[in-house]
Amino acid sequence: MASVTITNVQKNYGAMNVLSAVDLSIADGEFVVLVGPSGCGKSTLLRMIAGLEEISAGEIRIGERVVNDVAPKDRDIAMVFQSYALYPHMDVASNMGFSLMLRKTAKELVLDRVGAAAKRLGLDVLLQRLPRQLSGGQRQRVAMGRAIVRDPQVFLFDEPLSNLDAKLRVHMRTEIKALHQQLKTTSVYVTHDQVEAMTMADRIVVMHDGVIQQVGTPLELYDHPANLFVAGFIGSPGMNFLPAVVNRMGANVGAQLTDGQTIAIDPGLPVEDGERITIGIRPENIEVGGTDTLKARIEVIEPLGLSTQFYTKLADLQVCIYAMGRTDRKPGDTMGIGIKASDVHVFNPATGQRIEPKA
Amino acid sequence: MIAGRSRKARILGSIGLYGAVAAYVIFALFPLFWTLKISVTPQSLLYSEGITLWPSSATWENYKTVLQATDFPRYFLNSVIVSVITAVLVTIIASAAGYAMSRFSFRGKTTVAVTLLLTQTFPLVMVIPPIYRIMGELGLTNSLTGLIIIYTAFNIAFATFLMQSFFDGIPKDLEEAAMIDGCSRSQALRRVIIPLTLPGMGATLGFVFTAAWSELLFALMLISSDSQKTFAVGLLTFIGKFAVDWGQMMAASVLALIPACLFFGFLQRYLVTGLTAGAVKG
Ligand SMILES: Nc1ncnc2c1ncn2[C@@H]1O[C@H](COP(=O)(O)OP(=O)(O)OP(=O)(O)O)[C@@H](O)[C@H]1O
Ligand SMILES: [Mg+2]
Repeated sequence: MASVTITNVQKNYGAMNVLSAVDLSIADGEFVVLVGPSGCGKSTLLRMIAGLEEISAGEIRIGERVVNDVAPKDRDIAMVFQSYALYPHMDVASNMGFSLMLRKTAKELVLDRVGAAAKRLGLDVLLQRLPRQLSGGQRQRVAMGRAIVRDPQVFLFDEPLSNLDAKLRVHMRTEIKALHQQLKTTSVYVTHDQVEAMTMADRIVVMHDGVIQQVGTPLELYDHPANLFVAGFIGSPGMNFLPAVVNRMGANVGAQLTDGQTIAIDPGLPVEDGERITIGIRPENIEVGGTDTLKARIEVIEPLGLSTQFYTKLADLQVCIYAMGRTDRKPGDTMGIGIKASDVHVFNPATGQRIEPKA
Repeated sequence: MIAGRSRKARILGSIGLYGAVAAYVIFALFPLFWTLKISVTPQSLLYSEGITLWPSSATWENYKTVLQATDFPRYFLNSVIVSVITAVLVTIIASAAGYAMSRFSFRGKTTVAVTLLLTQTFPLVMVIPPIYRIMGELGLTNSLTGLIIIYTAFNIAFATFLMQSFFDGIPKDLEEAAMIDGCSRSQALRRVIIPLTLPGMGATLGFVFTAAWSELLFALMLISSDSQKTFAVGLLTFIGKFAVDWGQMMAASVLALIPACLFFGFLQRYLVTGLTAGAVKG
């Protein structure tokens, strides 16, 4: 096992810059998830760690070793591809044992390791099958098995679950997590699904347009998103954003919405009276029927049994509210809502950066 | 009711389909059957019996004559030598070229591809005189080596595109997985890519073999001595000044079909498609 250190790494395809100045330290044994929208460069970064993509500038270390010019086969990593990439002409056992066989491992040892990995993944009865005789979920497991028999320094995963149906995806998610807790191998996992990121990661790296937006534990990102992009990307249903103007009234500070209603915000924030801001409020932080004078009009109600989702209009924008329990309100009703000042995230609308209280 | 009718329609549909296929197969195979029929018809019955599906008495006489009393065995051997060597050479070269075209980007790649394509657009007759001159200078007229060189050159372009499409059909992920598993690029090629490309190589081999086997124009132009003739040219020797020996000619033709049949029989297991199925989720 080893740490992975990425220093000022860049990737260009010709004149096109795909990754700019990426810095990231992954600790030994950590499970890091790279997440971001399609085309943001997550696969490219992962493939650079694997050695499948050249590094245009910067340095990648696995453990203490700089691997910029080390061939993939000498990096001691294992990778699970989105397509699984099983060798179609080899049976499951040969697929899993291929890497050991290439390393001239003794035959009995290969059989042992493959057998143990197969047992762990529930593949023991399928060892003689060819990949085309397996279901999608089974192929996915074989791809996992091929990675774990290696006992590599680092596991790399590129959207390994995106070809599975929703139910199997949730199941494999927990299984991969459990596997990591047993093996404790450093893992880098790419996904565009923020729920997968939240549930699996020790730390999440949010990327956008080839730039790392924020690195942190799932709850750090949820509670203190560094900018509008992270705030909008993490969480489902997503954060509500409203443009507002700062209104200072003595010790209290309010964010005045476009329709004149005011939401109280943290008075410790370094914002001037009259400054334009964007405020962000998570759906579950809006209290239905709050004592506040804030009013929103209900447009759609989605009863989920355990909870209820309201889609309302506030200052002419759609605002989603997530409330526990059930409701007898009707679409078209206007209802009072309450928002705690400490739950309001404040962003600079020009830069998109979060505005934090002064230390 | 509706279900019953659609089932009837389906049955009628498949009858129609199989009928059409059968008609096509008969249409395609009938000339071959006629060749076979004439080859076993005794000389005396050829014109006297009129048009019948099978002669009243069949004979192996034509085959015996062709094999024992003519140069046909020699022609046949020449054809085998030329076709097999050409097919093997072209398949090796086209596999290497096709792999490069499929996997690497290099300077002049487009130029190479366009040039290859361009060579396919010239009418053969147009290039025969210059080729004849060149081969003459090199002392390669009237030699099997000359024929092999020409056939190889003329088949490479198409074979390269064919092989490229087979390599394109093998996901890049497989090679990358192999390289992460511990292969160098050449090991990945040997252990993963080549086993999966065997059907493609088989198809290319078969295609080039048949093309070389039945080629007439160059063989006719470049070969004059009896000892170097291929069977396609040799067949013409059965056309005499005053008469055509149909029986022997057809017997020779049937014999010439045998290697092609054997060749495809042997290749059949490599031609089975779907070997790559299951590599990636599809
Ligand atoms: N070979 C290439 N040549 C040019 N541009 C490329 C190449 N490969 C990738 N790119 C570009 O690099 C960017 C990042 O691609 P990458 O595959 O890393 O995205 P991703 O974050 O993994 O997206 P997805 O979620 O869709 O897989 C994209 O804009 C893509 O168009
Ligand atoms: Mg990707």
